[in-house]
Amino acid sequence: MNKSMIEPLAGFQTLFYKEVLRFWKVAAQTVAAPVLTAMLYLLIFGHVLEDRVQVYPGVKYTAFLVPGLIMMSVLQNAFANTSSSLIQSKITGNLVFVLLPPLSHWELFGAYVGASTLRGLMVGGGVFLMTLWFTPLSFVAPWWILIFAVLGAAILGTMGLIAGIWADKFDQLAAFQNFLIMPATFLSGVFYSIHSLPTVWQNISRFNPFFYMIDGFRYGFFGQSDVAPLFSFAVVAGFFVVVGALTVTLLKSGYKLRH
Amino acid sequence: MAAIQITHVEKRYRALRALDDVSLSIEEGEFFGLLGPNGAGKTTLISILAGLSRADAGSVSVHGHDVVSDYRAARKLLGVVPQELVFDPFFTVRETLRLQSGYFGLKNNDAWIDEVMHHLDLTNKANANMRALSGGMKRRVLVAQALVHKPPVIVLDEPTAGVDVELRQTLWKFVARLNREGHTVVLTTHYLEEAQALCSRIAMLKAGKLVALDSTANLIHRISGSQLRLRLARGSLPDALKSLVAHPEQLLDSNQYTLRVTDYTEVEPILATLREAGVVIEDMQLQQADLEDVFIQIMEGEK
Repeated sequence: MNKSMIEPLAGFQTLFYKEVLRFWKVAAQTVAAPVLTAMLYLLIFGHVLEDRVQVYPGVKYTAFLVPGLIMMSVLQNAFANTSSSLIQSKITGNLVFVLLPPLSHWELFGAYVGASTLRGLMVGGGVFLMTLWFTPLSFVAPWWILIFAVLGAAILGTMGLIAGIWADKFDQLAAFQNFLIMPATFLSGVFYSIHSLPTVWQNISRFNPFFYMIDGFRYGFFGQSDVAPLFSFAVVAGFFVVVGALTVTLLKSGYKLRH
Repeated sequence: MAAIQITHVEKRYRALRALDDVSLSIEEGEFFGLLGPNGAGKTTLISILAGLSRADAGSVSVHGHDVVSDYRAARKLLGVVPQELVFDPFFTVRETLRLQSGYFGLKNNDAWIDEVMHHLDLTNKANANMRALSGGMKRRVLVAQALVHKPPVIVLDEPTAGVDVELRQTLWKFVARLNREGHTVVLTTHYLEEAQALCSRIAMLKAGKLVALDSTANLIHRISGSQLRLRLARGSLPDALKSLVAHPEQLLDSNQYTLRVTDYTEVEPILATLREAGVVIEDMQLQQADLEDVFIQIMEGEK
């Protein structure tokens, strides 16, 4: 082995690059299609509810909807990237190419989650650019927009990694997505403010970390939110630490990856 | 220091004991064969060595680096060709090899990647997508992936299963060259003639247990010996030679006999005995036992 050529971070960088290349080679499916889906949501819900609903004073419903749709796209695509990559590799057997090299659990975690975060942000950016045609947006606190987008994508990328590690079959992965990720996303305030819900549902929503991701993200646009952005940040960051620690532990133990 | 040190390794899959207290040492520069019938535990042992499985007990090290506690150092020294024909359908051959090289910390490794592709006749497929390759070509890429980081220890888990003669010859020529250059090679195969031709030392596993471990020459010489096949034109086998007959049914009604001999020095006394008895030999062949005979004998002996 030619030791002089070895670069300490090359393993992580290569896996990150491979994960990005994997989704970029099928960008029509992994980037363009989710943007189109989000646009359809905006067209339909925006058109139907534009004149009937006003969530925040002075903010049109279409404008209110856009940050929620962007964030929903970010979250769903970040989850899809890690979960689909891992389950495909497990089922086809090519995961062995990643398990044989001297990649640490931290490198695996960083590369998979990093690439899924990038895909989430790319799709979110695409949705954002397309929505500029439909409605003007304000940017009261751009840093909060960026922080919640990155953290939300990283959390869902991490959850996708957990799902991919846990699932042995595609239907198990679909169950994880359909019974956990989708409800948590749709019931997080993408299409509404939780103040429009009955009290009991408002209280239940406060246990949904996805709510804080979207609420904090929306604050960055309008300067208005259901809860204070700093509190949302604390919840979201804390949640990331928890799911991140769980995932690194799973990777370190080799759970369902190394028998 | 041993290239691979396996010490009291045990592995269970529920009630099945896949590996039962296996210990062996493979020296640097050896071409080592790991043989056994299906389900003997060969792939399980390689999986533990490669870090794809964890042993329930015992330890495995590569050049002194434990495969669990010092896994990064151990894996850098290993190149493993998996048994299953797996590939990533998103990438071309060159991309696949560059990625695998990068995972091992090696960037800008195209000179060696080109050389590996050349030796495995992959050069004209470098830009082909993995999906477009035949099974044999995919197998070549698997071998190339294991070699991209020039590992001092190369493990080939049934690399020639279901592949054509051309690939076998290409592969063995290249691997033999790497072995001559000092790389340790561990081979599992069901093609025993390959193991006999290539491996200097062999271990045999059966039902998770190590049932033989010796040099290839010693295994063939000690356990099975040779066979002297005779067809007689006149007369019958003298009583003095009947104890050497390998197949007793030949004594009933036959002019053909297979006699067990341990080496060439025993042939002349047998011929002298036949001459004294007035027997005329029509045809005679001295057949050297091969690894397949040894394998069958050992596996049957372990029933």
